[in-house]
Amino acid sequence: MCDSCGCGDPDIVPVTVHERILANNDRAARHNREHFHDHHVTVINLMGSPGSGKTAVLEATARLLGPSARLGVLVGDLATDNDARRVRAAGIDAEAITTGSACHLDAEMVHRGLHRLSWRDLDYLFIENVGNLVCPAVYDLGQDVNVVALSVTEGEDKPLKYPIIFRKADLVLLTKIDLLPALKDVDVARIEENLSLVMPRPTMIPVSATAGQGIELWVRWLRGIGHPHGSPCATAAGHP
Amino acid sequence: MHEYSVVQAMFDQIEAKALERRAIAVRRVRVRIGRAAGVDVALLRTAYDTFRAHTICENAPLDVDEVAERWTCPAGHGDIVPGRRLVCVTCNRPARLVEGDEIVLEQLELEVP
Repeated sequence: MCDSCGCGDPDIVPVTVHERILANNDRAARHNREHFHDHHVTVINLMGSPGSGKTAVLEATARLLGPSARLGVLVGDLATDNDARRVRAAGIDAEAITTGSACHLDAEMVHRGLHRLSWRDLDYLFIENVGNLVCPAVYDLGQDVNVVALSVTEGEDKPLKYPIIFRKADLVLLTKIDLLPALKDVDVARIEENLSLVMPRPTMIPVSATAGQGIELWVRWLRGIGHPHGSPCATAAGHP
Repeated sequence: MHEYSVVQAMFDQIEAKALERRAIAVRRVRVRIGRAAGVDVALLRTAYDTFRAHTICENAPLDVDEVAERWTCPAGHGDIVPGRRLVCVTCNRPARLVEGDEIVLEQLELEVP
């Protein structure tokens, strides 16, 4: 209370906070990361637009990597567990995280999802984020690496329109390259050039999940991430 | 529209600070938002105005300090201009973002009885 003049008015006190607004999410992400680290699970946050081919990449990954490594998937979707069912049909243990109206996964949702998945014995846990090039980039989930799936049909300038998600990516998977012969105006070199304007370490692997092109290179990249929690960026830079 | 969940997280922080200080109201909120943080300031303001009714922040204007994106060479060769390749032209090292990704609750003005 103001006691300088005796008016009885309340005091206005300035308080310096200087804390990250998403500090609670960061704490939950650290907690997830500690769990993953303790159990030697490599975690990939797979992001991209709706329809960019994230689930198809996981299906192709299951075919090539599934026989030699234990894989699991948490799939974030606004509604339905369709993608989780697709991944399960490919032979990977998967659980859906249905977000309702939320446009992204956060660390707490992932933590709750882990309670429903036998993840401790996995070699790789993929977190297929909600299809969206904006919101998922803001939330740390406890992953080792961020991977963005960008399909050739989305346009060469997507990295420039959505720079933040690409800036945070350790790897961009250029998907659906089997469609390139039908897309005369799409120039892969221009996509790479645009990535170099927003990614300090631009790393891209062109793939076709249906034809199998590039999947071997993608799997090699995954194997190079290192257990546990090495330096994924340094590893990525070493890839062709 | 993750700005709504950012604002929700901000309200949780503000309420905790207000409780610590036994404040009865918040008179002003100041945040720092980087232009490369992935938070749209106009949407953040909309979300804040939507949520603040009937809360401790009802009469607290939101001040937003926007922070420009700044990239530098990690070896000290100076700044790298956004919009060009994000590598140092001198040593070819990948650029480092040193400012512009802040999502920070900076300061509050609390009304304390």
